[in-house]
Amino acid sequence: MKKLVLFLPLVVFLGLGVFLYKGLFLNPQKLDSALEGKPIPTFELEVLEKSGETLTNETLKGKVSLLNVWATWCPSCKYEHPFLMTLARKDILPIYGINYRDERALAIRELSREGNPYAINIYDHNGRLGLDLGVYGAPESFLVDHKGIIRYRYAGPIDSRVWKETLYPMVQELQAEAAKDGAS
Amino acid sequence: MIKMLIKSFSALVLLLSMASVVNATPVDTYEFKSPENQKRALSLAHSLRCPQCQNQNLIDSNSPVAQDLRLEVFEMVDEGKNDDEIVEFMTSRYGEFVLYKPRMEAKTYVLWLGPIGLLIFGGFIGFLFIRKQRIAETNTDELTSEDQQELDRLLKRETK
Amino acid sequence: MIPELGHFSLIIGVAFAMLLAIVPLVGVARKDQYLVRYAWPLTYGMFFFILFSVIALGYSFAVDDFSVAYVAHHSNSELPIFFKIAAVWGGHEGSLLFWVFSLSAWAAAVALFSKGLEEVFTARVLAVLAMILIGFSLFMLLTSSPFERLFPIPMEGRDLNPMLQDVGLIFHPPMLYLGYVGFSVSFAFAIAALMSGRLDSAWARWSRPWTLAAWVFLTGGIALGSWWAYYELGWGGWWFWDPVENASFMPWLIGTALVHSLIVTEKRGAFRNWTVLLSIFAFSLSLLGTFIVRSGVLTSVHSFAADPSRGMFILLLLGLAVGGSLTLFAFRASEMKSPARFQLKSKETMLLVCNLLLTVACGTVLLGTLYPLLIDALGMGKISVGPPYFNAVFVPIVLVLFGFMGIGPVIRWKKSKDGELKRQLLIPAVIASVVGLAAPFLAGGEFNIWVVFGIGTATWVTIMTFRAAYNMVKTKEGPVDMARLGRSQLGMIIAHLGIAVSVVGATMVSNYSIEKSVRMGPGISQELAGYTFKYIETKNVVGPNYTAQQGQIEVYQDDEYVTLLRPDRRQYNVRTMDMTEAGIDWGLFRDLYVTMGDPISRTEFAVRLNYKPFVRWLWFGSIFMMVGGFFAASDKRYRIKAKSTDTKAADKSDKLATA
Repeated sequence: MKKLVLFLPLVVFLGLGVFLYKGLFLNPQKLDSALEGKPIPTFELEVLEKSGETLTNETLKGKVSLLNVWATWCPSCKYEHPFLMTLARKDILPIYGINYRDERALAIRELSREGNPYAINIYDHNGRLGLDLGVYGAPESFLVDHKGIIRYRYAGPIDSRVWKETLYPMVQELQAEAAKDGAS
Repeated sequence: MIKMLIKSFSALVLLLSMASVVNATPVDTYEFKSPENQKRALSLAHSLRCPQCQNQNLIDSNSPVAQDLRLEVFEMVDEGKNDDEIVEFMTSRYGEFVLYKPRMEAKTYVLWLGPIGLLIFGGFIGFLFIRKQRIAETNTDELTSEDQQELDRLLKRETK
Repeated sequence: MIPELGHFSLIIGVAFAMLLAIVPLVGVARKDQYLVRYAWPLTYGMFFFILFSVIALGYSFAVDDFSVAYVAHHSNSELPIFFKIAAVWGGHEGSLLFWVFSLSAWAAAVALFSKGLEEVFTARVLAVLAMILIGFSLFMLLTSSPFERLFPIPMEGRDLNPMLQDVGLIFHPPMLYLGYVGFSVSFAFAIAALMSGRLDSAWARWSRPWTLAAWVFLTGGIALGSWWAYYELGWGGWWFWDPVENASFMPWLIGTALVHSLIVTEKRGAFRNWTVLLSIFAFSLSLLGTFIVRSGVLTSVHSFAADPSRGMFILLLLGLAVGGSLTLFAFRASEMKSPARFQLKSKETMLLVCNLLLTVACGTVLLGTLYPLLIDALGMGKISVGPPYFNAVFVPIVLVLFGFMGIGPVIRWKKSKDGELKRQLLIPAVIASVVGLAAPFLAGGEFNIWVVFGIGTATWVTIMTFRAAYNMVKTKEGPVDMARLGRSQLGMIIAHLGIAVSVVGATMVSNYSIEKSVRMGPGISQELAGYTFKYIETKNVVGPNYTAQQGQIEVYQDDEYVTLLRPDRRQYNVRTMDMTEAGIDWGLFRDLYVTMGDPISRTEFAVRLNYKPFVRWLWFGSIFMMVGGFFAASDKRYRIKAKSTDTKAADKSDKLATA
C-alpha cells in the first residue's frame, strides 16, 4: 500500500503528459465562433456600391451562402481575394461581402481593380455588424445555411486547401439539407 | 512547397499583427459620466480578454477589436447596464473565451474547486504524517529534549 | 569559419558530456576509482568547449556576421554593442545555447566546489547533469542550431526585437536561465541520492547551498522580468499571470518550499521523501516552463515563435527526465522510518504546513495555467483563465501561508514549551491586527479587506522575524550577542523581511493606484493624486536605431517643481515597430508614470497618467530575498569538509539515522 502511494506522482505526471502531448496538436489561437447555430444578427446597412440603398439580414436568407468579412486595410484579404474570384466563377454558392470598417471609395476602387467576387456587398463602416458577428480580425468567413443560420466560422484567409478540406464538404452537406427542405 | 509558403505567410501575418498589438500602449480619452462608472468600466474591461491578441485584456491591448470592445464596454456602463448584461453581450458574440474569470459551471468545477481539493488533500496527508509522528512518540518513552541530547551524544560515541 | 568552430566546439562539448554520463557511472558500478575520477576533467572539458561555442556566437554578433542566420535574424549593424551581445540569448536558438552553457557552468561549479563531498556521490551528480545537458544539446543541434548559415548572405540584419532592447532584458533571461538550470543541480543531487540509496542529512546539506543559489538567481530573474514589464510595456502593471510568467513562478514556489524542506532534512533528518520529491518537482516545473514558452501550446504575450516540432522534442525530454526520475523515486524512495520525532506544536510542523501551502499554491497556478489546455484537449471549447481567477484563489492561500510563516522562525524544534509560544505570539498578533485594521483608513479613508490582510500579514511577518532574530542573539544571561547569528540565520531574517516588504508593495499598488487617460498638448495641465502635470512641448529625438517623439511634462506638487517626465513614442527603423517608453519619476513611496498614446491632433496626444504608491517595494523586497538567499548559501558550515565531524545538530540526527 505504502509503495503504491509513491507511484502517485508518476501517475499524475503521466496524465499531465498526455494532455501536453494533445495540446501540441491544438491551436490556441483558433477560436470557435459563439454564433455557430445562431441566426445572422439583425442589421440594416447600406449597400457598399449604392449609398442610400439599405438591406437587412432578411436579404441574406434563402440560399446556402458564404459571408466574407473583408477590408482594404487587411493584407490577408488581398491574399485571399484571387481564390474568392475563382470560387465566384464556379458559382457554387453566393458570396456575400461585409466591407468591415473601411472607406467606401477605397473599397469600390479596390473591387473595380481586382474584380468583384461578391453577389452583395454590405457596407459596415463603423464595424457594428462585425461586432455582432464576433469578428476579431479580417478576413473571416461564415457559412450560412438557407434559413440564415450561421453554421461555421473560418477565421483567416481561405485558400484552395481550406476550401477543399474544410469548407466545401460542409457546403455540400448544407446544400443537401436545403434541397431536402425545399422538397418537403 | 506551397504548404511551406502558406506557413511562412501566416507566420508573417502573425508577426505583423503581433507588432501592432504588443508594443504601443493604448490610451483612451473617454469621458465617463461619473468616477464610479469609470471604476466599474475599467475593472470590467480588465477582466475581459481581447479575442484577437496573444494574451491581453481589453485595456492593455492596442488591437482594433480591443479598442472597439473597450469602447463598447465603456458606453454600456455609462448607459447603466449591469456587469452581467455586459458580460452576456460579450460572450454571446465572442464566446466564453473572453472571460478571464471563467464562470462556475460543469466544465470549470475542477478549476474552481481544485484548489480547495488540493488544500484538503494536502492537509489530510500532512495530518496523517504528523499523527504518525506523535503516535510513534508516545510509543517510545517520553524524552525531554535534554534526554534526547544525551541520547544523541551516546549514540554518536557508539558509531564513531 | 568562426561559426563553424563554434558549432564544432559545441559538438565536442556534447561528446564530453556523453562520456561524462557514462564513464563515472561505470566506474561506480565496477568500484573503479580511476574511472570515477574521470568525471572532473570531463566536466571541465565540457564546460570549456561549450563556453568557446558561446564566445564564437558572441563574436559573430560583434562583427555583424549576417551569414549566420541567427545573427541576421536578431541583430543589425546599427544595434549598440551591448545589445548585440545580449542578442546571443535574445532568440530561441541562442537562448537554448545559453541554457546549455549555464548547465555546463553549474556542473563545472559543482565539480570545483565539491572538495568536501564524497567522490562517488559528486561523480554521480555530474553524470546526471551531463545526461540533462545531452538532451538539450541534441535538441539544439538537431532542431535549432544557432550556427546555421544563410545563403544568400543578407546585407543587413533584421534587428533585435525592440522590446528586447533594454537593460532589463540584458540581464533578465540569463538570471532566469541560471535559476531554472540551477534547479537541475538540486535535481541531480536528489537523483544521485536515490541511486546510492542514501537520503540523509549529508545529502540535504550538500544540496542546500546549490538550491539556494538557484533560488537566488530565479528570484532575481523573476523580479527583473516584472520590473521590465512594469517600465517597458507601458501599462504600469507588474504581474499579469501570463502563462510565461507562471512558468517561472511555479518553480520558484516549489523552490521556496524545497529550500525550507531541506532545512528539516538537514537538521532533523525528517521529510526526506518529500524533499526528494520537491527537488524533482522544481526541476520538472523548470522543464515544463521551457515547454510552455517554446511549444506555443498556450497563448502568451511573450512566448518565442511557436513550433510544434520543438514542443515535441521538449516534451520527450520532459517525459524522459521527469518520468524516469519519478519512476526511480517510486522504487527507491526511503522506506526507512523517519528518525525525527516531533509534536504538533513544533518547527517541523510549521515548516511542513508552509511547505504544503506553497505546494498547493503552486498546484493552483499550474491548474489555472493548464486548464484552458485541458478543456481544449477534451474538446470542450476554449476558455481563458486570467488574473481574476488567480487573484481570487492564490491570494487567500498565501495570506494563510504568511500567518504560519510568522510562527515558523520563533517556534522550537520538536516541541514548543507550554506557554512560551503563546507569550511570544500574542502581542505581535494584536499589533499586526491593529496596524492592519488601521491601514486602509490611513491610506485611503475607507475600509478595504485586502489592505487589512495585506498590511496585517506584512506587519505580522516583520515583527515575528525580528522576534526570531532577538531569540537568536539573546544569551541565557541576558545581553545580546550578535556573534550568535550565523549567516544562514541572518539570511533567513533578511529574506523573510523581503517578503514582508514585497507584500506591502503589492498591497498598496494593487489597491491605491490611480490612473487617468487624458488629452494633453502644449500648455495643458492635469491633476492627479495631488500632483499637477504640465505639458510643455513635444520634442523630436533621434536614437541610435530609432526616432522618437518625446513629450516634456513638468510635474508640480503644491506649486513646487518636482520633476520633468519624458515619455517617448519610438519608431524603430528596421522592424518598423512603434514602441512607447514610459516617463517615470521613481520614489520610495510612489512612482509617477506617464505614457504617450496616439496623437489626437497636430499638437495633442492621448496621455496616460499613473500614480503608483509603494510600487518599488515589490522589487526592494526581491533584492532583500536575494541577499538573504546569498547569505544563507554562503554559510560557512557548507564549506566544512563532510568528513570532519563536529557536534552540530545536523550530524546528530544523521548518526541517529545510521545507528
